[in-house]
Amino acid sequence: MSGDGPDGTLVDARGLRCPAPVIALARAARAAEGDDLVVLLADDPAAVPDVAAWCRMRGHTLVEAGPERFVVRVSRTPAAAGGSAPS
Amino acid sequence: MVALDEGWADPARRYGSARRSRLLLDQAREQAAALVGCRPDEISFPSSGTAAVHAGVLGVRHARARVGSHVVVSAAEHSSVLAAAAHPSGAAVGTPRGTPARAGSPRTDPADHVTRVPVDASGRVHLDGFVRALRDDTALACLQSANHEVGTRQPVAEAAAACRDAGVPLLVDAAQSLGWERPAEGWSLVTASAHKWGGPAGVGLLAVRTGTRWRSPWPEDERGGGRAPGYENVPGVVAAVTALEAVRASAAHDAARDSALIDRVRRVVAETVPDVEVLGDAVERLPHIATFTCLYADGESLVAELDREGFAVSSGSSCSASSLRPSHVLVAMGASTSGSVRVSLPRDADEADVERFLEVLPSVVARVRALLGAEGL
Repeated sequence: MSGDGPDGTLVDARGLRCPAPVIALARAARAAEGDDLVVLLADDPAAVPDVAAWCRMRGHTLVEAGPERFVVRVSRTPAAAGGSAPS
Repeated sequence: MVALDEGWADPARRYGSARRSRLLLDQAREQAAALVGCRPDEISFPSSGTAAVHAGVLGVRHARARVGSHVVVSAAEHSSVLAAAAHPSGAAVGTPRGTPARAGSPRTDPADHVTRVPVDASGRVHLDGFVRALRDDTALACLQSANHEVGTRQPVAEAAAACRDAGVPLLVDAAQSLGWERPAEGWSLVTASAHKWGGPAGVGLLAVRTGTRWRSPWPEDERGGGRAPGYENVPGVVAAVTALEAVRASAAHDAARDSALIDRVRRVVAETVPDVEVLGDAVERLPHIATFTCLYADGESLVAELDREGFAVSSGSSCSASSLRPSHVLVAMGASTSGSVRVSLPRDADEADVERFLEVLPSVVARVRALLGAEGL
């Protein structure tokens, strides 16, 4: 489902319904280093608002916002470090 | 119920029981007018809140077709408002059939005549954008009193003043707030639904200010002042207005109590549930609604798990919606849609029930996340 492409880690979540694409994206982002790119392919219409909201809540940068291809620049700021505190 | 004994007859007839029925209906209209803040002859009772919205929106578009077909709405309006605003029949009225669309005409798509004004992250419409959207060919503007999914109040008084200056009628969908209070001054039309304030199903409310141009979009019917065609549901209307009077009588007390409980829900949810966002304005909101959205959880499972715990909540996620589309309100706010939960307190909400909800919620969310393999993200 995920692998390394020329643009960074590739996560293919096509055919998966919400919130599975965002979960797959979060997993890949957790494994990535700061400033790494993660590319998500998803065709669930809810991915468009949900990926954007996830980036905002976790402090990542949304470089490409869909509708079926998303590129996220992973941040390692405290807000994006995971754990339990809402941003 | 006196209304069931005396209000069964046809209020349009002249025999004794019919005249009693007419009396009850007139009395209900007077009581409703006092609670809405208008004249009795401005009130009618369509068969639902949705029917009231359709009648209000289409009737004004029909009457003002010569002015233009443009409609301004906030992006967070109820779907009945969005659908009525986009409906092609109102726009087509007054346009000769078979007229070819001019090249570059912006109205080839039926919904192109609608301007949806964005909302901010709390769900409140951008007032400047709303005012700027009013044009010479604007037939109608629509703004809800408060949002039905996140509870945020809209700047209705300010929008109404701008609409008055622009000569555009303003329809206020007051479905969420009429049980609490009168709509803010300055509206041209008000719509509401009795079941929202604890009245029976099958009774809507439409108020059209005298002087507002309105023409029936349907075949002529003299009943309901032409605005609510068909045999009037007198027992339902009487029950609805009686219920509205009752909830208004205790509104100040109930609002303070509910609002304090919702404050607590908003605070505790943010503290105890990881990766959650509490939505809607913290202060300028309805007293009884709290909405939050959980990352890495799906609305369908959250609703089902909370139902098993005895709580009936709703969700704006696409997986829990019949349309399979995420809530247009949450999308317009830029919120995560999948794990959204709306808690709406009933008037007799028990504080102990709220505490139990707050107690079980963190484990419910954790359970749903575990099933999705989403722990430790």
